[in-house]
Amino acid sequence: MFDKHEILEKNSLLLTVGILITVAIGGIVEIAPLFYLESTIEKVEGVRPYSPLELAGRNVYVREGCYVCHSQQVRPLRDEVERYGHYSLAAESMYDHPFQWGSKRSGPDLARVGGKYSDEWHRQHLINPRNLVPESIMPPYAMLDSTPLNTHQIAADLKTNRVVGVPYTDEMIENAEADLAAQVDPFSANYDAFIARYPGAQVRDFDGNPRVITEMDAIIAYLQVLGTMVDFTTYEPEADYR
Amino acid sequence: MQHNETGHRPAAASGAGVDTTFIGAFLVIGTVLALIVASKAVDTPMQVHALIFLIAFVLGIIALGAHHFGGAMHDESKYEFGVVKAGVTASMFWGIAGFLVGVIIALQLAFPNILYFDHLPFLNFGRLRPLHTSAVIFAFGGNVLIATSFYVVQRTTRARLWGGLASWFVFWGYNLFIVVAATGYLMGVTESREYAEPEWYADLWLTIVWVVYLLVFLGTLWKRKEPHIYVANWFYLAFIITIAMLHIVNNLSVPVSLVGSKSYSLFAGVQDALTQWWYGHNAVGFFLTAGFLAIMYYFIPKRAERPVYSYRLSIVHFWALIFLYIWAGPHHLHYTALPEWAQTLGMTFSIMLWMPSWGGAINGLMTLSGAWDKIRTDPVIRMMIVSVAFYAMSTFEGPMMSIRAVNSLSHYTDWTIGHVHSGALGWVGYISFGALYCLVPWLWKRKQLYSNALVEWHFWISTIGIVLYITAMWVSGIMQGLMWRAYNEFGFLEFSFVETVEAMHPYYIIRALGGLLFLIGAILMAYNLWRTARGDVRQKELSGALAPAPAE
Amino acid sequence: MYEKLAHVAQTWGLALFIIAFVLVLIYTFNPANRKKFDEAKRIPLEDGDDDNG
Repeated sequence: MFDKHEILEKNSLLLTVGILITVAIGGIVEIAPLFYLESTIEKVEGVRPYSPLELAGRNVYVREGCYVCHSQQVRPLRDEVERYGHYSLAAESMYDHPFQWGSKRSGPDLARVGGKYSDEWHRQHLINPRNLVPESIMPPYAMLDSTPLNTHQIAADLKTNRVVGVPYTDEMIENAEADLAAQVDPFSANYDAFIARYPGAQVRDFDGNPRVITEMDAIIAYLQVLGTMVDFTTYEPEADYR
Repeated sequence: MQHNETGHRPAAASGAGVDTTFIGAFLVIGTVLALIVASKAVDTPMQVHALIFLIAFVLGIIALGAHHFGGAMHDESKYEFGVVKAGVTASMFWGIAGFLVGVIIALQLAFPNILYFDHLPFLNFGRLRPLHTSAVIFAFGGNVLIATSFYVVQRTTRARLWGGLASWFVFWGYNLFIVVAATGYLMGVTESREYAEPEWYADLWLTIVWVVYLLVFLGTLWKRKEPHIYVANWFYLAFIITIAMLHIVNNLSVPVSLVGSKSYSLFAGVQDALTQWWYGHNAVGFFLTAGFLAIMYYFIPKRAERPVYSYRLSIVHFWALIFLYIWAGPHHLHYTALPEWAQTLGMTFSIMLWMPSWGGAINGLMTLSGAWDKIRTDPVIRMMIVSVAFYAMSTFEGPMMSIRAVNSLSHYTDWTIGHVHSGALGWVGYISFGALYCLVPWLWKRKQLYSNALVEWHFWISTIGIVLYITAMWVSGIMQGLMWRAYNEFGFLEFSFVETVEAMHPYYIIRALGGLLFLIGAILMAYNLWRTARGDVRQKELSGALAPAPAE
Repeated sequence: MYEKLAHVAQTWGLALFIIAFVLVLIYTFNPANRKKFDEAKRIPLEDGDDDNG
């Protein structure tokens, strides 16, 4: 099996090394600077890590492959800014592991969908999009409404996000499961502590069913926070004009 | 540099070879790991996948034992063609599966309730779409590349594949990866990185398989009896090495639990986006281009019985192509939050890429110079030449779409989908079909195909399918792009989003029809190849000079 | 930082790539390699039809 003579043959080795160098250059020159050029991600106020419920909703979004039809990236073009809102900033997805910018708009962009529709609109729309938008080609996701959210791994989710760089504190990780429950219950004792940990988070029963926390709660909580963290009334693009 | 064997050694498998020992030990370790994970898994998908791995490893051990105690001969003086045959069969199977899923999701975009069940989420568009892309790119394309690379490297080096059973490990290991990835998508296991969706454990498994693939390929080159390394092998080697690099970097992630299926990517936001599209575009560049160019550089000359038009051009083509391609990724991120210097760099290299692409296309096409009549007489040659023509077309379209102004219109629309499919159906599909039509008679030792007339049918049906597909997507893509940016006389946006969706409907039906024709063509092909392998020849096409080998 | 990197890329980087490209061209069009390439070109056509490696 192993030929003893000339384990390392010259020509094929040269070829291998040549290929490796040739294809490595582009990646190094293009990608590496993004990690240390400070101008890559602008400094903005308001972007915080996702709350446990929003993160769980995001995981549902990823699981169902929403990214194959919905982008989350508004381009600085006149029609897009008018249709969707302020163009997307790099800072707005700085805690997105993985990013969800997408590549195709079979459906509309969702980068700024937060706050545009009511919770009940989202719920009905997810149960059967054609109930609200007859021409829609989106698949129905009725199952989310009846599937209880799996919450027991949420602390581990936060912890793993911290490993990859999201600034979750020990306190956030310890209280992950409680915070998740607190976000769907405006009257919980945990309310103030939760809001202190996740400033600006929306607290309410997202799916209108107080008996159980469903995947519907989670995904609506995620959709409603999309694009709402940065206050654009105070944002000055000139400050970091690229 | 001449490398002669120290002497051929037809060694009976008495006393396990190094390869058997290595693979056996590896499978045993794998079995133990899979057992542990299966018993401790924290989520259902992980449990299912651990069981799939477990079954695969146990079957592997049984097969290895049967091979060893069956007294199989390892004859160093013979080529290893068994694994090539397996690869050809797997290609055909996955091809049809992938095209079928493509037709289904095309129909779902036209009629969204198709295959929707309230309580079964497995067949929703969001889960089937990665199944389609992975099935055609990695399952169909990947098996074609593995099969042809193992064939070509042996033929052009006149040496048996290195590593004994290692090539079989690559084949089965790769197909196990496909099964894990595909079942994962159905269960919603995804990293959501396009064309790199499989989760961390599938990625690790593929890394192992891919390293063995590289070793088998390099090992075969090392013991070659031909002084020069033929250029097709350069392309294969670049494909294998670069895919390894891309795969590892793009899939860096941290699992939530070692016995759970979920992981979070190491990078976030803008860095993650660029890493993904650096990967994504080079999956096109090195998987769907370099690898299939290798097929072009071997199978077209071989079938046409003429050497490649210019060997020098092929060398310049090779280095220019692999150097330029790797930079092109950022053109997927025009006008996004990616810094503009990176976008400009990506666009510049994408435009430059036009030149080596056409250099290679010309090299392939001109190989037929002086024998153009073969395009008329041999439908297999025609398929491969049309394939190169599609390559030329989509490598012109690509650089054009990478220009920021054009991209502002085309991006996020079906134009991109049409562009991808002119490359995928036309270039990758046809060059693969051509290679498979060549390989089956060669491998199964048949003098001719079961039916050339069926190849003609395949060619024309699928060509009509491709034309329907890409024209429908051009129209719908450009139309949607224009509708998004249309203003009415009062200066307001003219169309709501859903009005643009409604306008797509007829084109989505045409697209599904195009895809269906392409699928029908592939089914004809599978039938033709199956009859060929059996040794049949269609009655009408029996010729005295080409008497068929008797069926077994 | 950005300016420094851009400067290096636009001078030394560019020169390096041009040199590499010229090296490829020299290798390709070197008359000494002509015979080698002419032989290599025929490899697929002369690999026989048998099973022997």
